[in-house]
Amino acid sequence: MDRNIDCATAINEATEQCMKKYKNVFIFGLGVPDPKGIFGTTTGLQKKFGNQRVFDMPLAENGMMGVAVGAALNGFRPIITHQRIEFALLSMEQIINQAAKWNYMTAGKQKVPLVIRMIVGKGWGQGPQHSQSLESLFGHIPGLKVVMPFSPKDTKGLLISSIEDNNPVVFIEHRWLHSIKQKVPKSYYKIKIGSGRIASKGNDISLISYSYGIFECLKASKILKEKFNISSEVVDLRTIRPLDKNIILKSAKKTKRILAVDNSWKSFGVSAEIISLITDNLKTKDIKKIARIGNVEVPCPSTRALAKDFYCNYISIVNKVLEMLGSKKKYLKKNNLNDDVPDKSFKGPF
Amino acid sequence: MNKNLNKIYSKMIRIRMIEQKIASMYAEQEMRCPVHLSIGQEAVATGVCSQLKTNDIVLSAHRAHAHYLAKGGDLKKMLSELYGKENGCVMGKGGSMHLADLSAGFYPAVPIVGSTIPIGVGVAFANKMKKNSNITCIFLGDGSTEEGVFHESLDFASLKNLNILFVCENNFYSVYSPMNVRQFENRSALNLAKSHGLQGNRGDGSSIIEVIKKTKNGINYIKKNKKPFFLEFQTYRFIEHCGPNNDDNLKYRDKSEIEKWLDKDPIKLIEKYMSKKNKKFIFEKEKIISKINLEIKKSFNYAKNSKFPSSKRLKEHLYG
Repeated sequence: MDRNIDCATAINEATEQCMKKYKNVFIFGLGVPDPKGIFGTTTGLQKKFGNQRVFDMPLAENGMMGVAVGAALNGFRPIITHQRIEFALLSMEQIINQAAKWNYMTAGKQKVPLVIRMIVGKGWGQGPQHSQSLESLFGHIPGLKVVMPFSPKDTKGLLISSIEDNNPVVFIEHRWLHSIKQKVPKSYYKIKIGSGRIASKGNDISLISYSYGIFECLKASKILKEKFNISSEVVDLRTIRPLDKNIILKSAKKTKRILAVDNSWKSFGVSAEIISLITDNLKTKDIKKIARIGNVEVPCPSTRALAKDFYCNYISIVNKVLEMLGSKKKYLKKNNLNDDVPDKSFKGPF
Repeated sequence: MNKNLNKIYSKMIRIRMIEQKIASMYAEQEMRCPVHLSIGQEAVATGVCSQLKTNDIVLSAHRAHAHYLAKGGDLKKMLSELYGKENGCVMGKGGSMHLADLSAGFYPAVPIVGSTIPIGVGVAFANKMKKNSNITCIFLGDGSTEEGVFHESLDFASLKNLNILFVCENNFYSVYSPMNVRQFENRSALNLAKSHGLQGNRGDGSSIIEVIKKTKNGINYIKKNKKPFFLEFQTYRFIEHCGPNNDDNLKYRDKSEIEKWLDKDPIKLIEKYMSKKNKKFIFEKEKIISKINLEIKKSFNYAKNSKFPSSKRLKEHLYG
């Protein structure tokens, strides 16, 4: 049975279904059992599963990451949450040196099945340290898997796959996607980690992105079609590591024009990876145009007066596509001061 | 008692002899990985591990050889690992700093100071959730008590009442950095542990008798109270921080300090003790040593004659 639910509910439901199915899954993190329940993603879980399996934690991100690793080595499948990705930076030592290395450095004798949930903030003045999309830091590391879904349906299926996975999975959510709704099956289902999907078909150019970037790409794609009669294909990667190489190359071969849309700064980022994957694998004659686009290379300022011009969005995507296709036209819409919320119902604070 | 002590002694002297052999063979440049030898610190490892069961888990750090061996880790697999061979305990992928023998209850060691402390706490937390009362023993050095995770881990261990024996081996130096450039005067690891809610004790890590006694009491406390316990033993490494050589020519440690600790070499102390207790000890010692010599010779031959992993291993084991 499908119902219209948002991403936050989909995350909650995936967690609940996994906890029912597997007694060795537990979830913890700052605020997990509190009244707001990580933006609704953990609400009600403690009541259902008790405080042994759903609990808060000390403000000790690296230590608690180590505890998760130790519990994973000793028979459990922990989920640890961070309300902002920036807090997870305190646990980089455990994530990169320990969790990501363990299976390899023990020649497969000990696996580390765990999920690290991190949330990327945006808008409402989040500022330099509550709005970074740091997926490329994690995507750089062999041994980690990095999942970044867009839609509620994918979010649920990918979270279930992440919890069932025998490896450390960095599961990155975008705060603005928590409230996006879609028909989602009630059943327990999985979506393969490392598989992308075509979010919308097209012929003239491929817009390749992931996570919240897909929202802007789909919006841009609609405008390109309606206002400029350009048919664009939107590729939703869903996973950063491993990358779905086939879907990228297939779409690139088809349209011969590729715009990689980064959810972050483009330097050393996912968009750079997409482009080198294409140029490494396709012949020059098969590529007519290839480019990438991302956020302005400064920290994100808090004030919406400046933040409105910081983000790469549907307007910048449309104009980049027009430029790539050699069009003299321009999409003249200006960035709006009050576009710092995902929708009008969003009243902050974070 | 004599029999038991003989066993303890032979474990200690075995570790010393293995480490000395590694030091002497290192110059051949076939063991191509950093080694942090445990010479001088054998009593803490042996004494503590003698009180643990196979199912009790031990975690260690960069100086892990003595802990691995004392917990019953396989010698052939350890040496093969140092030689980078296929049949090493982790197939040559870890080297000296990642020794592991799960069948002996010895979890993989890691060289990032302090990092196994929270992992050990997680192992103990999992045991508690499984209603398993085994002990988790975490060896740590004086340097790691300066790391943030040390404090984070002790707090959580106390908060959740976990069956953990923390064993701090205080050898006074972090590489070449002495205590007084790293810690304020009279800072005590044990007192820090106490302020994190743990009970604990301290002792002389040169005396195996003392280590055993204090460990026994600590484990009894953990079992009775279902709470973690902290032990701090003073000890001393006799050779350089990393590598096979004596580096006292660099004069970073006072001559008088070195002499004081060499005087109470844990091996010398137990030999003296046993000679007093047992008139035949001198003959028994000879037997013990020749048996160990034979084992070491065989184990080195085994490791040296083992195969390197083939190139196909490079890409294996990235994901589980």
